[in-house]
Amino acid sequence: MATIDYPIHQKIENEEFSFSETFYKWVATVDHKRLGLMYIVTALVFLVVAGIMAAVIRLQLAFPNGQVVDPDTYNRLFTMHGTTMVFLVGMPMVAGFSNYLVPLMIGARDMAFPRLNSFGFWIFLFGGCLLYFSYIGGNGLNGAGSAPDVGWFAYSPLTAKAFSRGASTDYWILGILVAGIGSIASALNVIVTCISMRCPGMTMSKMPMFVWVMLIDSWLIVIALPPLSAAQIMLLVDRFLGGTFFNTQAGGSAVLWQHFFWIFGHPEVYILIFPAFAILSEIIPVFSRKPIFGKPAMVGAVVAIGFISLGVWAHHMFAVGMSSWSNTFFTASTMLVGIPTGIKIFNWTATMYGGKLRFDTPMLFCIAFLLQFLVAGLTGIMLSVAPFDWQLHDSYFVVGHFHFTLVAGLLFGIFAGLYYWFPKATGRMMNEKLGKLHFWLFVLGVNVTFIPMHFLGFLGMPRRIYTYAPNRGWEGLNLVTSIGVAIQAVAIAIFVYNVLHSALKGVRAGDDPWDAWTLEWATSSPPPEYNFEKVPVVRSGRPLWDLKHPDDPDWRFE
Amino acid sequence: MQEVITEDALELSRNWTLPDRGKVGILFLIITESALFTIFVVAYLVYIGKSLSGPQPKDVLELPILSSICLLSSSATIVFAERALHKGALAMFKLWWAVTILLGLEFLVSTGVEWYNLIYKDGLTISTNLFGTTYYSLVGLHASHVIVGMGFLLLVMAVSLAGFPIQTQMRRVMFLSWYWHFVDAIWVIVFTVVYIIGR
Amino acid sequence: MLGTAVVALLQAQVAALPEHRIADIMKPLASPAEAEKNIALFSFAITGVIFVVVAGLIFFTLWKFRRKHDEDEFREPAQVYGSNQIEVAWTIIPVLIVFILIGVTARVIAGVENASPPKNVTKITIIGHQWWWEVKYPDYDIVTANEIHVPSLPDGKAASYLKLESADVIHSFWLPQLSGKTDLIPNRDNFMWINPKEPGVYFGNCAEYCGTQHANMLLRVIAQTPDDFKKWASEQQQNAASAAAMTPERAEFEALSCVNCHAIKGTVAVGKFGPDLTHLMSRQTLGAGVIDNTPANLKIWVNNPQDPKPGCFMPSLKLTDSELTQVVDYLGSLK
Repeated sequence: MATIDYPIHQKIENEEFSFSETFYKWVATVDHKRLGLMYIVTALVFLVVAGIMAAVIRLQLAFPNGQVVDPDTYNRLFTMHGTTMVFLVGMPMVAGFSNYLVPLMIGARDMAFPRLNSFGFWIFLFGGCLLYFSYIGGNGLNGAGSAPDVGWFAYSPLTAKAFSRGASTDYWILGILVAGIGSIASALNVIVTCISMRCPGMTMSKMPMFVWVMLIDSWLIVIALPPLSAAQIMLLVDRFLGGTFFNTQAGGSAVLWQHFFWIFGHPEVYILIFPAFAILSEIIPVFSRKPIFGKPAMVGAVVAIGFISLGVWAHHMFAVGMSSWSNTFFTASTMLVGIPTGIKIFNWTATMYGGKLRFDTPMLFCIAFLLQFLVAGLTGIMLSVAPFDWQLHDSYFVVGHFHFTLVAGLLFGIFAGLYYWFPKATGRMMNEKLGKLHFWLFVLGVNVTFIPMHFLGFLGMPRRIYTYAPNRGWEGLNLVTSIGVAIQAVAIAIFVYNVLHSALKGVRAGDDPWDAWTLEWATSSPPPEYNFEKVPVVRSGRPLWDLKHPDDPDWRFE
Repeated sequence: MQEVITEDALELSRNWTLPDRGKVGILFLIITESALFTIFVVAYLVYIGKSLSGPQPKDVLELPILSSICLLSSSATIVFAERALHKGALAMFKLWWAVTILLGLEFLVSTGVEWYNLIYKDGLTISTNLFGTTYYSLVGLHASHVIVGMGFLLLVMAVSLAGFPIQTQMRRVMFLSWYWHFVDAIWVIVFTVVYIIGR
Repeated sequence: MLGTAVVALLQAQVAALPEHRIADIMKPLASPAEAEKNIALFSFAITGVIFVVVAGLIFFTLWKFRRKHDEDEFREPAQVYGSNQIEVAWTIIPVLIVFILIGVTARVIAGVENASPPKNVTKITIIGHQWWWEVKYPDYDIVTANEIHVPSLPDGKAASYLKLESADVIHSFWLPQLSGKTDLIPNRDNFMWINPKEPGVYFGNCAEYCGTQHANMLLRVIAQTPDDFKKWASEQQQNAASAAAMTPERAEFEALSCVNCHAIKGTVAVGKFGPDLTHLMSRQTLGAGVIDNTPANLKIWVNNPQDPKPGCFMPSLKLTDSELTQVVDYLGSLK
């Protein structure tokens, strides 16, 4: 464990706390580390908010003919839950992790455009607040209003002025449109940083896997987010200027929205999962004590996933009545995208094979990801079979599938990353016992919640229903699902406590508590504002391995 | 970082040049804007011939030859302006820059006149039919990008007329010209789709 | 007299049909659902094998290479960077699996989508509304709502060809035991067919979120023997049971604004906004499945539909007690 002393960065003890200075330090910052933390903290806050919504949803569905909330409130809950989780939790996690880590990992002082970075964060936050302001300000005509209730993908013509009166849908459109600008700004920044700010010796092939994955993630954002913005602008034209983009009375197509939305929406889910891929690709090698197996193949797989994901969107539309040719094409492309994903799982496993596995909390979450994401990917393959999808589309099977990918997949990866880099960002270790407790409870809760949903789909339960009649065979599974939420809530509470307690009182971490190999571990914990005292010069993809093993450096073999 | 700066490491850092941040930034801005325009173009193409009523393209659209020549020429004049700036010929730079602005302005004014006629003489608004919606949206999206470009062009004009040493900002002027070329290239596509394919 | 007896007999027959409240996609009772179940099992088998193999490898790796507290604990293991042969191998095998799966699936897609239904087809047009189903039999000149009667033969030779339209937003027609779902989209005609192989009452739901009461836009397909179906159809073709006589109850009904939304064949009620009520009492439920069709429930519904189905588009007309009784009596006569 190398410890670097930077005389410049010594903390001044007994520094007087000034509220205005601290406030200014955070609000006016352009430092990628602070902005990264702000993104992540904001995302965690929205995670809790949307999680509470999920708890209410599950309370309503625990028993048939539930009376916990009325239909409109329920419809708003699932809309806001989905919208929040995708746009206000998932996307800022992408931005937060890449902002914090990419400059450190490539030996740069900051992102390419620090002020653009700040702009991106604040406009994202503004968009999120605008969306939530709908609860207060959305009341429009006929008392129709409050938060949007059109589902997170807001199909037309339900979103037309005729069927969604009042302003609630407009808050959905504008909040997300505005937040999306922030995502694109952040992604642009990451791309330019990766291309133009690498430290000497770091050719593209020597960039760490994390950086590669976030680079491709940013490519996807830059290409796939504009279609959503375009569709939303079109919807605004329809709603406010009497436009006919999605107006079937005027000959428009109700299905066109679906095409445009899913051209964004499918790459979006890969945009969301890539941070987990990136995080796993750093943690698994370190905790296996081996380099990532097949780095070129891993990079190639991510590029392939990014590319193919742009061509699978209509697998969300198998029930729309497309031709058999179209249905077959999208079945095929969707199955193809599963191949590079599978290859990644094989490579991570091969990384562990022959290693010396340490089962600390970050690694536990990674391992759970491997198994759970395997299941999620396979249920995805089932769904890609169009005739099977004709039964399962818009049923709880799909809800189970995507929660597996996002909760048992993405969120597991995020937790792994948070436990892993928390010491770097704060200079303190998280509590390992609480970490393991969080892990096991959360794995239990997630599986108890989301496995029954697959069976509910088989039994004909559709999505987005605020209640159901008894004697449809749905009661028992719904009750089990709802109990799982309580277990998850306890796990999350433990995690939040761990974060807060460790940030204030955790054991001090050195620069490199995990004995890792990428550049962020070569500077202090937390890093000084300028990141590195001297610009690093690297000769391989694992510069710290080279330093720690001068007799056996990577650059001799790469 | 404990280091022994080896000879080849020093060598590496001396010869380490990476692409310019601004160039990559503008390039990806262009890529993302292209994705945005693509969807509007697709919507336009999908809805060709599908309007149930109201004015049809061939009835009301005339080829905007003059304004297209003006806009596309402005791509040439902006190059002339840049060349002048590189040579240090500031007066020529300001001249060509002003011509660029005027050509862009002509385009915007022509579009405005065209829209005025379409709305008041032909009765085609954004809500009339599919043609109206897709036409005004696509051409309007392009025009809004021209306006933003014009804003920056005017800014450069203003500061150089006010005596600011614009030759110290050649890089940024170049980025602006790339944006301007992009806007012109989009016009080629919009022109083809709306006035040739769609009519 | 005879008419009433026939109607009572019919209703008793429907009541005697087995109910399939649990709509398990793995218990198909029509050809499309059977084809879908078969490919479901096939893909489940393939993905199941993949899961067992890969998960097995992962568990094996975790167990075998866990760090042991021996003297080598802190020595780094061999630093293996990769293997081109292995990468190729585990790329090719999944590609082969995927190609097999694509091939099989393509055939089933074509088989279900492009299949022509059997000759003996009953044509039905279904129009989705927020939050009920309008059901028309163009060949029989029948208009009804929410409950779809179809003929059924054991070998699936009696098919019903459904034309799916929508009057407002997107809905989806899903009866899991009969077929996968197809959306009802405004300005777009979709088609599907079902051929229930057993008489019975099949349950389903609207499967595309369509607004406030999406949850209570329920479906029933009542599959009967061809003879029973013909009897039902001819009953449905008749005018309203009380069309001949002008009773005080009917007069009361016709004087209220109910007639603006509802149609009753043979009377002045020709409204199109709500379900056709001509044979209301031949249906098992009210409000598209939200409550059973009993006299008490009918009274609750007519008095204030917002109670069982808040947000639905039928308002409470704020009838007085006597108006309510008369309307409910009249509706109760519409067999």
